[in-house]
Amino acid sequence: MADTTETLPLTAEKGRFSETLERVRRSSEYVVMPILALIVSGILFSIFLFALGKSPVDFFSLVWRGGFGTSFSWQNTLARSAPLVFTALCVAIPARLGLVIIGGEGALVLGGFAAGAIAIPLIGVVPSYVLLAVMLFASMIAGGAWIGCVGALRHFRGVNETIASLLMFYIAVSILNFFVEGALRDPSDPNKPSTAPIGSENMVGFIPGTDVHWGLLVGILLCGLLYLLMNRTTFGFAAQIAGGNLRAAQAQGLPVGKLMVISCAIAGACAGLAGFFEVAAIHGKANASLIAGYGFTGILVSFLARHNPLVIVPVAIFLGGIAASGGLVQRRMDLPDATVLLLQGLIFLVLLVSETFYGRLPFFRSKGAQ
Amino acid sequence: MGDDTGLMTVLLAMFAGAIRVSTPFLFVSLGEMLTEKSGRINLGLEGTLVFGAMSGYAISYHTGSPWFGVLVAGVAGSLFGALHGYLCKLPKVNDIAIGIAMMLFGTGLAFFFGKAYIQPSAPRLPALSLGGWSDHPGIRQALEINPLFLLGVGLAVLLWWALKNTRYGLVLRTTGDSAPAALALGININLVRLLATTAGGFLAGIGGSFLSLYYPGSWTEGLSSGQGLMAVALVIFARWNPIYCFWAALLFGAAGALGPALQSIGISRGYHFFNAAPYILTLLIMIVSTSPKRSLKGAPGELSITK
Repeated sequence: MADTTETLPLTAEKGRFSETLERVRRSSEYVVMPILALIVSGILFSIFLFALGKSPVDFFSLVWRGGFGTSFSWQNTLARSAPLVFTALCVAIPARLGLVIIGGEGALVLGGFAAGAIAIPLIGVVPSYVLLAVMLFASMIAGGAWIGCVGALRHFRGVNETIASLLMFYIAVSILNFFVEGALRDPSDPNKPSTAPIGSENMVGFIPGTDVHWGLLVGILLCGLLYLLMNRTTFGFAAQIAGGNLRAAQAQGLPVGKLMVISCAIAGACAGLAGFFEVAAIHGKANASLIAGYGFTGILVSFLARHNPLVIVPVAIFLGGIAASGGLVQRRMDLPDATVLLLQGLIFLVLLVSETFYGRLPFFRSKGAQ
Repeated sequence: MGDDTGLMTVLLAMFAGAIRVSTPFLFVSLGEMLTEKSGRINLGLEGTLVFGAMSGYAISYHTGSPWFGVLVAGVAGSLFGALHGYLCKLPKVNDIAIGIAMMLFGTGLAFFFGKAYIQPSAPRLPALSLGGWSDHPGIRQALEINPLFLLGVGLAVLLWWALKNTRYGLVLRTTGDSAPAALALGININLVRLLATTAGGFLAGIGGSFLSLYYPGSWTEGLSSGQGLMAVALVIFARWNPIYCFWAALLFGAAGALGPALQSIGISRGYHFFNAAPYILTLLIMIVSTSPKRSLKGAPGELSITK
């Protein structure tokens, strides 16, 4: 009798422990698979380089050195990760609703433009924190309205959001060029058409001790906030239901249209913030340099992170590092600058193909299901 | 009088431009139409278009034969199509996402190998002069028509006929409309879709080679800006009908020619917006021609974007 009472809690403990182990083993699939996909794409890319007569070992060691090897390269990497965090959020939030938005670059461009344009009459008139606050809101409103439109078009007119958002990227670029080369061009800069510079005293500064602007920290905080929003609130729960089964969500009386428009607007505001930091922390003015492809790399970041805001940060740093090493690889190995683009495309393809192996590899399968 | 000749010049330039600019749209939209008829969507045709443009140009430069370049571009495009078709066969793999990845991959591959061909000039495709009867130089210039355009028109008619009247057309339509029905008929769905996507890639590759080998006529990295994607929207607007694809391509061509035509008579104010006309037009057309309430007439039942 005494024996059994003593052993009972022990077996229960053991049961809970093995249950946790089991759960970890099964959910580790979501970590192991993307990493496997990265390794496979690395191997495929090595074969490609080998076939061209370039050394894959050189390539990857240069990527390491250019992206993560020294403190200088780390700062370069982190500076590039900030916009990636924002543009990845622009993909991740609507993805919860099953929407594939690929035009985050458009919201970035327009957000940056709005920030640069609204600053023109205010430069030197208002204190710098007011100027920055106004620019910040302008960029978020511009980006939010832009992608919010995509969501509204999808809900009210049934327009495919993927195509619409990409078309709107091209329209955003022409809006930027129209104003920057026309009415809002700063006449004092004859070289590159830009809006008036906001002045170095007004710019967003760097995180102390680094060359990385505050945008990265804001991005990390935003990721945490949006994770809470999408996973711990009724809004996020409703969005997830609508993403899982639109008709069921409608039958439950969920405001699907509102969810779509609001999620898209939040997404656009994130991408707009990327534009704000590009203008307020890097370029100091709005011009065609805003079109740097961060919006498109952001798509890959979000997919690699499985649209999870918390995972977006490390993935953005990883891909930011690869992008940062592009220059070094180009100079040392005589490879074109599109090498990074090609590698990204390859990673994306392999990653999507890896979806097919979920639930099929014996190691991750639940023991009870066999 | 001055206004009259100005308008005449613009109209002629738009007519000529419509024919020139519409050719890649025509090929890509016919290819996408074929793919979508089988029940899948290939958003990667943008990448295929760019790679077709690069490979066609490179081959024309090395062999001196632009027509061989067109062929190679088509073959390269069909490889991309086959890859897309094969990958989408795998369970849990989403055709839209694969399309986006193929877009990045195709563009990356084209830029990677295309760096060396930005400078050199390759022999371009010849044009047929059909305007010999006219004394007006503008009309003569407008009727310098590329054989690929005529080929595209012929292909549109042929596809229209074949989809309606042949066994292959029926198999393709059945697969796109209802996979269970096709299975019951003993049709190998994956094979049909693989072939349809491959053929679609072939046509998109040819469309790309037109860009680099005829108009604009050289290889640059900004050669195709979203034309492959616009073609996807164009197919929806054309209700998956090859003949409508032709008219829609002409319309898009005219919209694309608006900016350059206005510039040619000295109107350059707001030319950024005129250059954006095709994108705005596509968006407007999508807004007008789709509806959340009813399914679209002629839409393949298996297509994910119209479900």
